[in-house]
This record gives sequence, structure tokens and C-alpha cells, in this order.
Amino acid sequence: MSAVTNAPESPKFTSKELVTDQEVRWCPGCGDYSILKQVQTVVPELGIPRENIVFVSGIGCSSRFPYYMETYGMHSIHGRAAAIASGLKSVRPELSVWMVSGDGDSLSIGGNHFIHLLRRNFDINLLLFNNEIYGLTKGQYSPTSEEGKITKSTPMGSVDHPFNPIALALGADGTFVARSMDRDPVHLKEMLRRAHGHKGTSFLEIYQNCNVFNDGAFEIFTEKASKKEEAIFVENGKPLVFGQNGEKGIKLDGFKPVIVDIGTDQNSINDLWVHDERDRVKAGILSRFFDRHEEGKPHYPRPFGVFYVEDRTRYEDRFNEQVEQAIAKKAPDLDALLRGRETWVIG
Amino acid sequence: MADQQQEVLDRVIIKFAGDSGDGMQLTGTQFTNTAALLGNDLSTFPDFPAEIRAPQGTIPGVSGYQLHFGSVNIFTPGDACDVLVAMNAAALKANLRHLRKGGTIIANTDGFDPKNLRLANYPDGINPLQDGSLEGFRLITIDVTKMTRAALTESGLGIKEIDRAKNMFVLGFLYWMYNREMVHTENFLKEKFTKKPDVLDANLKVLRAGYNFGDTSETFTTRYTVHPAPMPPGTYRNIMGNQATALGLIAASQKCGLELFLGSYPITPASDILHDLSKYKNFGVHTYQAEDEIAAICAVIGAAFGGKLAVTTSSGPGIALKGEAMGLGIMLELPMVIINVQRGGPSTGLPTKTEQSDLFQAMYGRNGEAPMPVIAAKSPADCFETVFEACRIAIESMTPVMFLSDGYIANGSEPWRFPQAADLQPFKGNFVSAKDGEKFLPYKRDERLSRPWAIPGTKDLEHRIGGLEKQHETGNISYDPENHEFMVRMREAKVAKIADHIPLQTIDNGNEKGKLLVIGWGSTYGAIKAAVKDARAKGYDVSHAQLRHLNPFPKNLGEILYNFDQVLIPEMNTGQLRSIIRDKFMVPAIGLNKIKGMPFSTTEVLEKIEELCK
Ligand code: SF4
Repeated sequence: MSAVTNAPESPKFTSKELVTDQEVRWCPGCGDYSILKQVQTVVPELGIPRENIVFVSGIGCSSRFPYYMETYGMHSIHGRAAAIASGLKSVRPELSVWMVSGDGDSLSIGGNHFIHLLRRNFDINLLLFNNEIYGLTKGQYSPTSEEGKITKSTPMGSVDHPFNPIALALGADGTFVARSMDRDPVHLKEMLRRAHGHKGTSFLEIYQNCNVFNDGAFEIFTEKASKKEEAIFVENGKPLVFGQNGEKGIKLDGFKPVIVDIGTDQNSINDLWVHDERDRVKAGILSRFFDRHEEGKPHYPRPFGVFYVEDRTRYEDRFNEQVEQAIAKKAPDLDALLRGRETWVIG
Repeated sequence: MADQQQEVLDRVIIKFAGDSGDGMQLTGTQFTNTAALLGNDLSTFPDFPAEIRAPQGTIPGVSGYQLHFGSVNIFTPGDACDVLVAMNAAALKANLRHLRKGGTIIANTDGFDPKNLRLANYPDGINPLQDGSLEGFRLITIDVTKMTRAALTESGLGIKEIDRAKNMFVLGFLYWMYNREMVHTENFLKEKFTKKPDVLDANLKVLRAGYNFGDTSETFTTRYTVHPAPMPPGTYRNIMGNQATALGLIAASQKCGLELFLGSYPITPASDILHDLSKYKNFGVHTYQAEDEIAAICAVIGAAFGGKLAVTTSSGPGIALKGEAMGLGIMLELPMVIINVQRGGPSTGLPTKTEQSDLFQAMYGRNGEAPMPVIAAKSPADCFETVFEACRIAIESMTPVMFLSDGYIANGSEPWRFPQAADLQPFKGNFVSAKDGEKFLPYKRDERLSRPWAIPGTKDLEHRIGGLEKQHETGNISYDPENHEFMVRMREAKVAKIADHIPLQTIDNGNEKGKLLVIGWGSTYGAIKAAVKDARAKGYDVSHAQLRHLNPFPKNLGEILYNFDQVLIPEMNTGQLRSIIRDKFMVPAIGLNKIKGMPFSTTEVLEKIEELCK
């Protein structure tokens, strides 16, 4: 089922009713506010009874999220939200389970659970707020920080090579892999709907500005002046076009992406790479549009949108099917179980 | 036929030892089940090699199975063996010191060829079967391989398959020696090899050949009889500790009406609980093999939040990894059972050996003030009742509970007078639904100081829980200093209050007052029981109490302790319960401590009792 084609059911509650009595404690200006707002806007449209919604988070700034959602929620421990959400979803498949996490939470301390969640393909929506920094612990570099990042723990610059979260999710056989940003509410809402509509683990990376410790990390993608040059919004079935006036496009020369000017004699829009979100190989190429302007190397715009979608059986379905099959085959009989195969009587 | 004599024995200890591939576990189990069906009391203890496939013929590759059976009550697998079955030289070398003076060795001569002797590190040219070094024992040598092959010349089977039936020859011979019927094993074989009639035939033939060999050979003139033991009337089965744990969990799940969720990561010696439970999905059992120990307990937290009876199984190293999540469980005040089948530590330690050295870890192994009920099983069959009790406490008091077993009882077995399902007390979770006009308070407490279980899907009870300190009643985040101390003491009081809902401590054997009280916990039960029984028979004023509840202790424990001049606590650690008892009750308890990866022998405990009573 795809959520975009289905008219939203009438909301059973309003966005306002999703606001809790807890004071929101993020720093003023933090990108988390916008994400919270978009989530509170989209969730009522989804037609899920409020009591069936659960938000699970780990530790980090983003992980405060559940406290601000008037649904069921758990703020757990660092890196483990995926494991907790998996346990919950496996026994309560009817619940709508959302996981809120950050780059440190999911890609550093919780990296193991992250990849296993994706391969098992629980129907869980994983919102990864990527701010490329540790905010809650006050500004150390994260596994998504760029090489050479000067932070409190790396005064001479970090020496770690960063993760490419989209490529990692594809590598872990994620069945829904997408990217959005805090500063584009319309796009973010659309991605949230798509994430919910996908039956399987939906990985949505959200570029989120930490204005205190890593301000402007994603500026070139989010600010008007550079956004059209630096970001490319991909849509299924549409050619890859970007630029101030949509004058640039991306063509595939074999497996090699080439940036071309369209509307010239050499290239028309018809020659461009048409995005097919079910093409795993091309999703892989797209995920590698990840450079940070290096002299002498080709520079690609950063893609936003759904990179890849695939239908694959969900863990919880098979997990519960086995139990049902076992029950259908053999009714439970506790006395028989306790008795076992061989007994003897002492008179 | 030789002129046979019959001798009646009240108990026998047999150790079956051979190479991992010799089928000694199966041989031991078959002899055990036959003994059980004949009404003997018994206790068993397998002794596995640490390596899965240690080199054939070497000492690390020896696999053993000890059985103690009798016409009297049996409490332990026994100290020194009466009979040692040695399928090869390494098996003899590894086990000879456990054989009593004058005991019987049944040796497979084929396993003592130059190659096997070399692998067992015997000096060149030395064969213990021939050099007179075994003079103090009764030595029975049989070329089992040759006999087996001879019995199967016309079977059409390959030599490898033929040799695999060797253990049946030994089993048949022992059945003859101890006057046992073979029908149980015959039936077992028939079932096992329904699809392989030729293999079935071969096994039956060799089993019979072993029996007849005893009957016709002139060498053996004495046969032994061990009569049934006086056991309380009832229907019995044989059970191992891990099996009993699995059954106890299923029974608890049925009796509280909640599906069982097991989140686990394989680890020795706990994995068999996972294996067992995964066979019983028809009881609504959900087994989840997680990516690691942490994920296993976190999935359990998720399932508990979702309203299931949630359990994780592990051993010491895994429990260490679960520490932070256990703390979360304590903060969330959700019910869950954490099972630690203890093994030798620290670190990877001795994975296949037994120890009781995780009591401190169970009591204190978490950051902050994080009290958790701790409960320990005393024998293989007792795992059933104890884990059932752990589930009850978890659900009724909304708390994680630590259940301790160990490698000794996990793999050991004994007869179990199993209960009827109808006799098991049901219990239920404190599930709530919304009340009109009332604000839901997720941390409002009942008389047990337990909070309501409001599971997702319940209308109008939406709420958030987490690892941050919570405000009393509302459960909202609170950094208020007064509230923190209040909540720390509240969580402590909640666990302490469980003492109101557990049985008082009883004396297992002996008087309520006296000179010496021996207190044990966990798997030391059998050795202490047997030692105290012997000591009392010798006239010593000694009593025995075995603790199931280690946190909180039964309310009357202090009173009992103060009634004795001395308190002795035997433990397979350096004295962990002793420290706790000294700390809580200020009694100068004395320790008897063994940290060898091996259970206590009755003699060891008895000697200490005698020393203290002099
Ligand atoms: S530290 Fe950064 S991420 Fe955290 S709340 Fe403040 S601005 Fe947001």
C-alpha cells in the first residue's frame, strides 16, 4: 500500500491534541522544532487511532522527542531504541511504531541495532535527525561529521572518515531509504507520509541544524541562495534536474553520472537519468552524491527524496505467522507438556 | 554360563567417559532413564569438553556423564565414582582420580592402542591397562570395537557406521551388570531410527550383544541389583535444569494469560532454554534471537511495554552487557525476568564449568541505586517452580527479576514429580484502562508499591516513560533533589515489600535452634543436604536451610540465623552470600568456598561441618 495514493482517513485527533503538557527543552532555533511540528501535522492525517501510536527514542537531543508527543512513548537508553522498538513491534504488530534517533545514537553507539533493524525489515518508521555533531554532550564530532572537524574532542581536527547514512542503509538492505531536511516543511511532510505508507522499515534521514554546536552544517542545501544548485530533489519517474532555473541535469554515461546543461544542442531533458526508486543499483549511485566540494573532483548536488523502495516481507509478519501455524498444528496442552514423553509412577 | 552371584547395592555412581564422538551423553541418558523408570532416585551431571570439536583422542576432547542412582534418596551426582567406563586412554586419564579405591574400570581396549595412548600423553610404551598401575581397581577390559564389528559383519553397513554403535555394546553390558531391562532403550532406538531400519537393526543387535556378552562370558560373576527408592508417591519424569526453566516459563505464561516473549542471544550454558522454548511456539511462545545481548534485553523491554511476559536468558558475560538496560527496566518499572545460568568467570572464564560467582553482579551490578529482586533455583527440577515464582514477582510487583541458575543444575537432571497444570496458582498483571475525568498517573502506586501497566493501544492512557528520573506519580521528568531521593527510596521499598508476598524461610533438615546452621543458595543444595543428613546421623547438632529468595530475603531469616551458635555458608565463589549475610544481619558467618568450576562433594561439606562441630 502506498500512502500517497490513499486519501487520508478523517483524523481522529488534531495536531493540537498531539502536544503534551511538557515544556519543549530544545535550544531556541534548533532544527528539531520544525521536525516536531511537521510530525505533529502529518500524524493526525494518517488515520491511526492515537492510542496505537508509539514513539521510541534513544539518547540525544532528538531523543527528547517522545516527551512532546501525546502518544505512547519511551525515551530509552543510548543507541538501543531500534532494539526496543523491534521487541515491541514483534509482539504488537498492529501498533504504529516510530523511532526517533540521531547520528550518534543510531550510527555510533547503536550502529549494530540500526543495521539489524533494516535487514529484519520491521514496519517501523525510523527518523534519523542528522546534525553531524553531538549536541547533548556539548559538541564533540559525530560519526557523520566531516573529516578534519574541529570540535572539543578534536582540537586538531577529527581523523575519522564519516558514514554516508544513505549508503549504509542501502548496504544493510533497507527497504525504504530517503532523505529530507528540517528547513523544507513541505518536502519533510511528504517524506513522513511516504515513510509511514511503506510497509517495512522506513529509513528517513533528516538534515537537522544544531544551531549551537554545528550551525550551518547544511546551509548550502537549505538556504535559498545555494539550495537550487546544491540540492537535487528526486521524484519517482522524473528526470534528475536541478540548478537555479532547472537548467542542469544528470545523465548516466554507463554507471557514471555526468552533469549536463539541458536545453543546449547536445542535451535535452529526454537524455537525463529518470529516477526509478525501485532500482537498487541506481539508488547506490545516487547515494554516492555525497562529496563536499573538493578541488579537482567532480561535484554533485546532494539528493533529497526517496532513494529506494522495495517490498519485502516484514519480520513481525513471519514471526507471528510461525506462532499461529504452531498453534493451528497442535493445541497447547500444559499438562501434556509437563508430563513429557516418559513418566513412571511411585505408588 | 558362569555361576553368577547377585549382590544388592543401595547406590551406585557411574561415570561414562569417552571421546566427544563416542556417544557417552546418549549412553548416560539412556541408562539414567531406565533407572528412573525402575523407580531409583537419581542425579546426573554431564561434563562437556569446552571445545566443540577438540581433537579426537585427546584429554580436552573427553566428554563425560556422571550418574548417581540408588534405592535411597540421592541428592548429588556423587563424589567418587564406583564405576568408570573409559572408551579410550584419554577418558581414563582424565577421570581416574574421580574413581574410588577398589572401584571398577570398564575399558575399551581398542581405545588404548599406541595412537590413543600417545594422544592421551602416556609415555612411550606405557599402557595403563597392562603395566599394573591399575592394581587397586577392578579392571574389566573389553575390545568393544572388535565385538561390535563382529556382531555386525552381516549388517551391510560401512565400518564407520558400525563403529558408531559401539556405545550400545557398553550400554548393553551395563544393563546386564545392573540387572536392567532394555525395553526402554529398545523403544527409544525404534523411535529414533524409524527411517533407518538398517541402523536400527544394528543398534539393537549390538545392545543385545553387549548384554549377552556379560551373560555368557566367564569373567563376570557378579551382578548387582539396585531396588527402587522410597520416593513420595506420585508420577515422575526425569528433567534437566534448563528444560525445567523453559517449562516453568511456559507454565507462568499460561497462568498469567500473557504470551511469552523470549529475547535472547546464544551463550553457554543458557542456550538450551532458547532452543527448548523455540519448540513450543504452539503455547504462544515468541522466541527472538537478537543481534547481541543488549538487543536481547532491549527487545524484552519493548515486549514488556507491549504487555507480554518478557524474558531474557544469558550467562555472566551477557548479563554484564545487559547492565544498562536492566537499569532502564528498573526505572521504567516494567515486568521482566532476566535469567543468568552462571558459569565460571571472570570474563569468558570457564564457559562449560559451573560457578556461583554472579551473585554480587545480580545484586549490585548496575549503575546508581538499582535494586532488583534475585531468586535462585536449588536443583534441576526446582528451576521450574523458582522461575515460575520469578515471573509472578515480576508481574505482580512491576519489576525486573533476576533468576539465577548455574551450569551444574542447568545440565544436570533428576526425577521430578511434576505438578498438574490445575494446581499451579494463577496470577495477573495490573493492567488498567482509562477512568472518566481522572488524569492518568503512570507512577501512582498500589499497596505493593507497584505501578499500573498501561499498554499501548489502551485508549486515553497515552503516556511517556523513560530512563530519566521521574516525578512521583506523574512520571514526568524531574530533576528535583527531594523527589530523586524519594524515588530512590521508593524503588528500594518496592523491592523490599516483596518480602510480604513470599514464603517464610524454612529449615530443610534439623532443628530450629542449635549449634550450627548450614545455609546454602542455588545448586549447593544437594551436597549440603547429603552432608547435613550424614552429619546428623553421626550425632552432630547441625541444621540446613537453603535460600531461594536472595533479594529480598524472607522476613524471618534474621531470626533463624540468631538461633544458631554458628553459621556456615558453602558457596562456589569466594563468599558472596556470606558478605551479604554479614552485612545485613551482622552475624559472623563462616564460608566454605570452592572455585574450581566443579560442584561441592558431600565429603567436602561434611568435613567442614565436623571441623566446626568439634
Ligand atoms: S544542542 Fe543543538 S541539537 Fe541539541 S537542542 Fe541545542 S541546537 Fe538542538
